Amino acid sequence: MKYRSVFDIIGPVMVGPSSSHTAGAAKIGRMARKLLGKIPEHATVTFYGSFAETYKGHGTDVAIVAGLLDFDESNTQLPQSLEIAEKKGMDVSFIVDKETQVEAPNTARVHLSAENTELELVGVSIGGGKIELTEVNGFSISLTGSNPALLVLHYDKYGAVAEVAGLIAKYELNISYMEVSRQEKGRLALMVIQTDEEINEGLAAEIAGLPNILNVAVLS
Amino acid sequence: MFQTIEELVHIANRQQISISEVMIRTEMETTGRSREEIFSKMAGNLDVMEQAVQRGINEDIKSRSGLSGGDARLLQHYLDSGRSLSGSVLLDAVSKAMATNEVNAAMGIICATPTAGSAGVVPGVLFGLRQKLNPSRKQMVDFLFTAGAFGFVVANNASISGAAGGCQAEVGSATGMAAAAAVELAGGTPEQSAHAMAIALGNMLGLICDPVAGLVEVPCVKRNAIGASSAIVAADMALAGIKSLIPCDEVIEAMYRVGRMMPVALRETALGGLADTKTGRALKKKIFGSDAHASVTEGQ
Repeated sequence: MKYRSVFDIIGPVMVGPSSSHTAGAAKIGRMARKLLGKIPEHATVTFYGSFAETYKGHGTDVAIVAGLLDFDESNTQLPQSLEIAEKKGMDVSFIVDKETQVEAPNTARVHLSAENTELELVGVSIGGGKIELTEVNGFSISLTGSNPALLVLHYDKYGAVAEVAGLIAKYELNISYMEVSRQEKGRLALMVIQTDEEINEGLAAEIAGLPNILNVAVLS
Repeated sequence: MFQTIEELVHIANRQQISISEVMIRTEMETTGRSREEIFSKMAGNLDVMEQAVQRGINEDIKSRSGLSGGDARLLQHYLDSGRSLSGSVLLDAVSKAMATNEVNAAMGIICATPTAGSAGVVPGVLFGLRQKLNPSRKQMVDFLFTAGAFGFVVANNASISGAAGGCQAEVGSATGMAAAAAVELAGGTPEQSAHAMAIALGNMLGLICDPVAGLVEVPCVKRNAIGASSAIVAADMALAGIKSLIPCDEVIEAMYRVGRMMPVALRETALGGLADTKTGRALKKKIFGSDAHASVTEGQ
């Protein structure tokens, strides 16, 4: 089931005007920000499909940048995000791509960099403020949002997966799905973990504190 | 856990509980959260809805584009004049639906029900019925759980996205949800709620999503307004004992299939319908200039 909570239907509480083009976009931006782990210096956002046709009218650009500032979709500063980002020295550019055929109508690609780190993800807004992620740092993933999920960027070292799984067990959460991808042996890797129960921020913070872990994001 | 309206009604009848109670128990089961936590979160959503309605009917709301704002107040003044043709309950609901969507268009805080573009119908109906039915705070929160239960089935079995299924998936779904919840608030049965939703959604099949200039304003605000009035009329019909010959789940399935047949120009791309009229195109040009992708601020 795509939607599992009544608050996916009566909610989210958000800044208007569009749950798919504003709230969903803010969530995509915030997932990217969480996985980068810090405020980006440069951000390039590419809009596809309906995002490309109507992003200006819905404040999709404003919302995605609000997410990059770590604002959630109900933050009253959301409408001022472009000005705030500029003051913080974030360099943002937008690309409107009406040529590339995408499977879902509301798709965005976000590329971020800060100091020596980079992050790229592809997010899809599926309606009512819910999002899916299809790609992180070149890894194809399938995060449909049907279950709560943890994304963990980590170094490809022995024990990293076991330690994360151990903490999840400590919080008495059941893992329903897990995949681990890496670019090359010993370098960066990504764990995608879906659970049956809601994931609280305490668990995410504890995982982030483990050795070999770079950044953690929760998709609820 | 229920996956269809039929199952939802069946669970309510078998356990002798309301639809809202089925939704609360399902939420407790799937999320592991306590009843108090779930109830208080929904009560918080109700507060957000009430604040948006109050802003819309009391403040001078104007969207950045200038395409919407102020109509909810116009209706309230007209209501005060006592000259209304459709009656005060209906028109108050219509005005409060518009209030919510006007605040939404002005980038104010709203609660999506089920989406932001269709956020006016459910609170419009709830606050419009308040004077007539005098519900307790708990009943008002329960109204939202009932609306949510019906919306939950639509979202999972069809769609609540205008880009995927047109306006029938957004305002159509919201109207069905509000009709079903209004029946429960007025003391009707779970079956009557299902009929109200089937009648309301069935009436909106084929409704396209054609926002002028791509903005969630024209015709969205007025579609929510009339959606609220349809919801109350459909609830009254079901409460009178009128049944939908096509069961609610089949109406939802029909809505999904109609959405799949809809050309992309009529699904939120702003390339057809009212968006592609002489005036619609002129408004787009006026707001965004000759370059349709220039920003609103640059265009002004």
